[in-house]
Amino acid sequence: MTAAVFFGCTFIAFGPAIALFLFTIARDPLRVIFLIAGAFFWLVSLLLSSLVWFITVQISNRDSAAQQKGLLIFGVVLSVLLQEIFRFGYYKLLKKANEGLLALSQEETMPISIRQLAYVSGLGFGFMSGAFSVVNILADSVGPGTIGIHGDSQHYFLSSAFMTMAIILLHMFWGVVFFDACEKQRWWALAAVVLSHLLVSCLTFQNPEYVGSLVPTYVIMFLMGVWAFCCAGGSLRNLKLCLTCKDKDFLLANHRPR
Amino acid sequence: MNASDSEEDCYNERTALVQAENPALPSYRPEPEQAPPTNAEPKMQGGARRGGSPVLDGGEADQEADVDDEELTLKYGAKHVIMLFVPVTLCMVVVVATIKSVSFYTEKNGQQLIYTPFTEDTASVGLRLLNSVLNTIIMISVIVVMTIFLVVLYKYRCYKFIHGWLILSSLMLLFWFSFMYLGEVFKTYNVAMDYPTVGMIIWNFGAVGMICIHWKGPLQLQQAYLIVISALMALVFIKYLPEWSAWVILGAISIYDLVAVLCPKGPLRMLVETAQERNEPIFPALIYSSAMVWTVGMANPSAHSERPAQDAAPLWEGEEAEQSSAGAEPESRPSRSYPADEDLEEDRGVKLGLGDFIFYSVLVGKAAATGEDWNTTLACFVAILIGLCLTLLLLAIFKKALPALPISITFGLVFYFSTDYLVRPFMDSLADHQFYI
Repeated sequence: MTAAVFFGCTFIAFGPAIALFLFTIARDPLRVIFLIAGAFFWLVSLLLSSLVWFITVQISNRDSAAQQKGLLIFGVVLSVLLQEIFRFGYYKLLKKANEGLLALSQEETMPISIRQLAYVSGLGFGFMSGAFSVVNILADSVGPGTIGIHGDSQHYFLSSAFMTMAIILLHMFWGVVFFDACEKQRWWALAAVVLSHLLVSCLTFQNPEYVGSLVPTYVIMFLMGVWAFCCAGGSLRNLKLCLTCKDKDFLLANHRPR
Repeated sequence: MNASDSEEDCYNERTALVQAENPALPSYRPEPEQAPPTNAEPKMQGGARRGGSPVLDGGEADQEADVDDEELTLKYGAKHVIMLFVPVTLCMVVVVATIKSVSFYTEKNGQQLIYTPFTEDTASVGLRLLNSVLNTIIMISVIVVMTIFLVVLYKYRCYKFIHGWLILSSLMLLFWFSFMYLGEVFKTYNVAMDYPTVGMIIWNFGAVGMICIHWKGPLQLQQAYLIVISALMALVFIKYLPEWSAWVILGAISIYDLVAVLCPKGPLRMLVETAQERNEPIFPALIYSSAMVWTVGMANPSAHSERPAQDAAPLWEGEEAEQSSAGAEPESRPSRSYPADEDLEEDRGVKLGLGDFIFYSVLVGKAAATGEDWNTTLACFVAILIGLCLTLLLLAIFKKALPALPISITFGLVFYFSTDYLVRPFMDSLADHQFYI
């Protein structure tokens, strides 16, 4: 039973992300590098927010549970804001690096476009975020144990896995929208991304009332997905062509190195 | 890169990343290399774009070689990074998987290597710290001494001695340590096994390994063996180095590396220079090579003829060391990384010394060994990969020998301690309440 739970939750949480990685990123070394760099940036943001949280906890009253919870909520909000700041920082860094690469090489086009970078960095953020959220839980799900034995929710593992999947995909969508907003200087879109991230995190404060947190999160994920699709240049027409395999650009592109 | 002649270059054979591009024959073609920066710009503005397979003619080969090198560097830089990411990741995965499943490598039974004689079972923190620093000093000095010894041997052409030494070391690793490893794995999974079968397995494993590493073999098999012996070595270190000593040693090794590369007159630099003067590959045996040489359509047959010697028949003995409680020789492995000679078609492979693999894996393995937390392991893993990436980037920019350890180990150490002490409580509290950030 535990092995089933472990494998099931792992595939739920990481399935889409790994599929995306294998099919779109693994072949191109440059994308892999930027994915790992994105993961690194997320990690640094987490480090900073943990540092701040840790300091506040040290100077607070350890015995008061309410205060600790309050500090944790503060930590969550701070972490979200720091993540978005680091996403912006990563964007700036990538722009600079791209310009540098362009200047150095003789080609007219950059080896990797900013849209691909947006996708890859978003996925990098997502991978790291998902991994940090869920890996310990997955490791625990293997070992002997009974879930919710003290009256907590029975669906802890499953809900964690679903939430993680949502978060990973959301990070990817946020990445795309964010970079696009930065490119086109649309600051309201930027703010919308930050606010939706905050919203998703704050929704999780309702856990273990999973209906209240998971359902809206998935709705937001779906909406962000559509938005990201449009930002990336998609449209209904494109979608139809792609699904009916009539998209000549796409078909041609696969036979030609870009 | 005119490695052998510049004074300010300093190599650390052990942990240096050297990009030996143009280098095909550095001592024979000094002029173009002197002016790559100045030549590059005008060439870029005016020059024709080279695609993926430039065919260099004899005449303007020299100058165009510089421009091509720039492009090729950029184009294939990412590929080389990935060519190193994959084996480093594999080695770390093997070590982490072993640490998490086979408890033998995390049990401390008080046995230590003779190179770390001071015990850490002391009452006071200060004494423990002092002991670990002393252990580190001893270990590092042993490594330095062995390296100097190796360089001296190499300089005086005592090849037979070196070969014998290395064969002995790899025999030990491939047979004894893998036998121990197999035994522990069987114990963990409670697998019944008989000696003849084990004998056969180990004999085959070891014999094929010796052939692949010291003579000829398929490239991937050789790479696999190198990864396996690095992992075995790292596991031995994780088991036998006391806690604090291990961390201090990791830090000290990377500082030593940094110092050794940036200061002139290091033993390893002499090693590299000697090897280049004699036009021999430098200890390929203990260097992981991802080189693939295309022997088709070479414009320069003389340069081509030496390549098979370097790559097809990979290795010579590098220097190795195993440490066990019986006390064999310490390590001072050459951990350089440099692209193999390329030429036209491509692929300058990249080479990274096994010492780098070992120390990266020790860091990640120790992160995995301490506690139930996977976040620390993940964080160290990402940090090391990013460090490697940055090092390769610096290599591409500066085009001179660089140590592969400092940046990665520094990042790894920083992330280990900060994740363990800062991030872990935060993430644990979040997981308790099921908050997501």
